[in-house]
Amino acid sequence: MNQTVDKTGGTGPSHRSVEIGVAAFMALLALIGIFGSLKVGIGWGDEGPRAGFFPFYVSLVILGSCIINTITVLATTARTRVFAEWGQLRQVVSVLAPTIVYVALVPYIGIYVASALLIGFFMVWFGRYNLILSAAVAVVVPILTFLMFEIWFLVPLPKGALESMLGF
Amino acid sequence: MEDIANLFHGFAVVIQPFNLVLMVVGIVLGVIVGVLPGLGGANGVAILLPLTFSMSPTSAIIMLSCIYWGALFGGAITSILFNIPGEPWSVATTFDGYPMAQHGRAGEALTAAFTSSFVGALFAVIIITLVAPLVASFALRFGPPEIFAVYFLAFCSFVGLSKEPPFKTVASMMLGFGLGAVGLDQMTGQLRLTFGVEQMLNGFDFLIAVIGLFGIGEILLTMEEGLSFRGKPAALNMKIVFQTWAKLPRYWLLYLRSCLIGCWMGISPAGATPASFMSYGIAKRISKNGHLFGTGQIEGVVAPETAAHAAGTSALLPMIALGVPGSPTAAVLLGGLLIWGLQPGPLLFVEQKDFVWGLIASMYMGNIVGLLIVLTCVPLFASILRIPFSVIAPVIMVFCAIGAYTVHNNTFDVVMMVVFGVAGYFMKKTNYPLAPMVLAIVLGDKAEEAFRQSLLSSQGGLGVFFSNGLVSTIMTLGLIALFWPLIQAGWSRLRSGKLRPAE
Repeated sequence: MNQTVDKTGGTGPSHRSVEIGVAAFMALLALIGIFGSLKVGIGWGDEGPRAGFFPFYVSLVILGSCIINTITVLATTARTRVFAEWGQLRQVVSVLAPTIVYVALVPYIGIYVASALLIGFFMVWFGRYNLILSAAVAVVVPILTFLMFEIWFLVPLPKGALESMLGF
Repeated sequence: MEDIANLFHGFAVVIQPFNLVLMVVGIVLGVIVGVLPGLGGANGVAILLPLTFSMSPTSAIIMLSCIYWGALFGGAITSILFNIPGEPWSVATTFDGYPMAQHGRAGEALTAAFTSSFVGALFAVIIITLVAPLVASFALRFGPPEIFAVYFLAFCSFVGLSKEPPFKTVASMMLGFGLGAVGLDQMTGQLRLTFGVEQMLNGFDFLIAVIGLFGIGEILLTMEEGLSFRGKPAALNMKIVFQTWAKLPRYWLLYLRSCLIGCWMGISPAGATPASFMSYGIAKRISKNGHLFGTGQIEGVVAPETAAHAAGTSALLPMIALGVPGSPTAAVLLGGLLIWGLQPGPLLFVEQKDFVWGLIASMYMGNIVGLLIVLTCVPLFASILRIPFSVIAPVIMVFCAIGAYTVHNNTFDVVMMVVFGVAGYFMKKTNYPLAPMVLAIVLGDKAEEAFRQSLLSSQGGLGVFFSNGLVSTIMTLGLIALFWPLIQAGWSRLRSGKLRPAE
């Protein structure tokens, strides 16, 4: 997975720092887990081990593994190894950002309209397609989805103002 | 003999026209899912799971398992024609499959791959037919300590057999257990780790995790790598198919070995990916053409494909017989069972005969139908990859979002999906395996319950896990699996001078 990165030798955040970041984030989750388990009790109650018993030890193991992983990474990963080039990360963010907007819009305007916007945006922005083709795909896919889920398989999806205007 | 009768009854269920249609639909969807980057067996099944809510459990499992077979077949198409493994288990297929396509032998490679897949799957299904009922009836005697021991064995195998650093496997697995523990405690009815956040009351659903980790995460990775599809033409006519079929029987020993490797790796939850690599590696060492591997040897396609399918199929054995899935996809199918109101585990064979034997019969039928479909429709499926990624990516995103939403009809789950997607991207890039995490989220509650019940009966003594022959044996196997890399290193040091066995 990392070959493409190693060969090019461009600049970007170092692999070590990202590894440490991931381990630190997991350790943070483990600490939250330990804290939460202590709150509900980790000892022996009337019905045997209490609710926090299992998550407490699980969190301890995570914490231990994170420490070992961090040490291993510091010992073995070359300082110069790049996680991904800035250009590549920009690509990732440019997909992630519209997705986040999309997810945020779904509860308000419904999944169909939001999907049409997402597909249209992608095609115009990344694919450099002309507006007519993009709009066509952006409209047809949600309509097909609508038919498949709401009509054939009877699975309701989130709908917004447009759908209620059309009477669904 | 009763099993044979049940199996025939299962066939009768499967060949009902409605179920046959579902089977074909499932295979076609599965191949598409397998061909597309960002969609794989596990999240493909997870996304399409809601479509089955209104079906009978038997029809539902037929369709979903066929999606899985389709995805297994589909992975080979992209590996051979585009040098892009559609699935992790088809990486080994690219080594010789793509060179064959470059030399204009794409048809031969595809035929060999599909046929090998079929043989591997068929072998595994026969094993399932023969072994699963025995395992299930044996497992009916299991008490909580034995059940926990089986989970223990399953998770230890992950640590020992994974090619990722062991402590990364442990961290990702335990994170899964932790996420699975959030919400209502099954035994005391207490809320835990929710910190008063309303959305966390129900905990983290593993289907959301699967869709996020494997779906969104994969798309982010694909974007980073910048895909360019330069495919070889996919001409596959019947003459080539028959010519290749005439060649294949001489590799029967290779087939047998790959099948056995696959079944072993599939039942112990190491999964299809290591099975395909292991089979390829061993074939390369044993074959007299071994030094030519990587330049387009048909054996180099046969070995990984047979093993991957044998493993992918046999991963369902522990799922059916014990309620312990052997792969993320099997875990998703298990989640489906729960949603349809079935209790996975050995009792299925007693209480849900129709369902179990329908599933087993559909494995036979599904693979036959699958082979026919992929052999005849390769160019069609290959053309899917020629659709530009800027069109496919948002459509996949939309389907992931729909899949995540429909699990609980909850838009917060869609947000969680994106969170899991980002987590999946970083975890993949830093070599944390995702499968153990998913399985831990699924099995967390059950493993914990078995563990606590065992402790309750022994008043807190861990000796209960070594209290009788059966449970001690399973626990010992688990410990061996856990420390397998160390044992192997010690063993090869003992007989130093000889070659070190490949993983």
